[in-house]
Amino acid sequence: MITLTVNGRRRRYAGPPFKRLLDVLRQDFGLTGTKEGCGEGECGACTVLVDGKPVASCLVPVCQIEGARVRTVESLGKAARLSALQKAFVERGGIQCGFCAPGILMTASAGPAPKSEDDARRKLAGHICRCTGYVHIVESLMAARRKK
Amino acid sequence: MKGDPGSMTVLRPRGAAQALRMYARRPDAIPLAGGTDFMVAWNAGERDGRAVLDLSAVREWRGIRRTAGVLSIGALATHAELGDDHLVRRHFPVLARAAAAVGSAQIQNRGTLGGNVANASPAADTLPALAVYDARIATAGGGGRRLQLSDFLIGVKKNALLPGELITAVELPLLPRRPDRQLFRKVGPRAAMAISKTVAAGLLWLDRGGAVRELRFALGAMAPTVARLKAAEEFVRGRKLTPALAEEACRLLDQDVAPIDDPRSTAAYRLAVSRNLLREFLAPRF
Repeated sequence: MITLTVNGRRRRYAGPPFKRLLDVLRQDFGLTGTKEGCGEGECGACTVLVDGKPVASCLVPVCQIEGARVRTVESLGKAARLSALQKAFVERGGIQCGFCAPGILMTASAGPAPKSEDDARRKLAGHICRCTGYVHIVESLMAARRKK
Repeated sequence: MKGDPGSMTVLRPRGAAQALRMYARRPDAIPLAGGTDFMVAWNAGERDGRAVLDLSAVREWRGIRRTAGVLSIGALATHAELGDDHLVRRHFPVLARAAAAVGSAQIQNRGTLGGNVANASPAADTLPALAVYDARIATAGGGGRRLQLSDFLIGVKKNALLPGELITAVELPLLPRRPDRQLFRKVGPRAAMAISKTVAAGLLWLDRGGAVRELRFALGAMAPTVARLKAAEEFVRGRKLTPALAEEACRLLDQDVAPIDDPRSTAAYRLAVSRNLLREFLAPRF
């Protein structure tokens, strides 16, 4: 039995201990906001926060994070009530196909807000987006920062 | 995802002593630290049915401590911890820079120094930094040993660990004096996540007259294991640092490396870029 806190809620998991955090979130806890991209830790799509830090959930067997606090994109806002960051992505075109967005939103939510556009780009270096060309994503981060 | 989690045997020791006991009984188990390398292969379906020794609950091999003349970095310290640690940044800045260049934030938050060393990838970004700092690898299990990095890395993805033996820490002797120049430089197609075409670490001490007191220069992705440029280091010792001396050191560079053509680069490119890095490091500065 493995116990985790996911988005503030205590969850128990009793399946195979080597199941990936990504699959436990999606299949066992029904949190399908987190997406699988490359499955190699290269693209950043599956990024969630473990104890406040971005990690690739496709590279984490759930047995390794017993007792940890996990946050996924579902913790940010609901469709009717988006977070400031999510709103900024919608308004600035930071989302096109949307597949990379859950991971990018989680990395953007971790730690201090970026000080500059360069800083935002460095922060998101572990993410790949095939639609936007990144400009709108960086603008979304900067816009959300101004709203805070 | 092709790996089947139900096929895996997971050993979950709660501390160092239990980890060593479990590993002694199951030396076929694969030690798992941050998992950032192993899981890529597992996701591709290449590690099914294996036993894994999950070290995530072993507290004794985490953390970074300064003892007499040595900085001891727990094998399970993450790259993110190394990059942020004030002792590493102050005494071993080339290693802090290398740790911050590994993969991406997501990888640095999980991947460990012990894992990077144990994997023994020729292109591992922390290894040139460890090589110029004369790192020793401390182990436990079967008595426990301290090995020089060059004795620990014995080939492409091969280390000198014996069955049942695990890395406990990486030890760095404090430098007697601060280097006059230091370098970490990774060359790849993208800032994040690129596997290096070549990766360099350098330390240089000069005396008051401008002669080289000591040069230490190491290259990754240029040989089966990380390579210190012994011929060039020896040649420049005690000589005045001039463009001609730098040029001769660059010429000698190929004495200690054996780059290959592979999907990431060519031997010729790797040699040319590595020489440029050494030449720039040794160039006169005003």
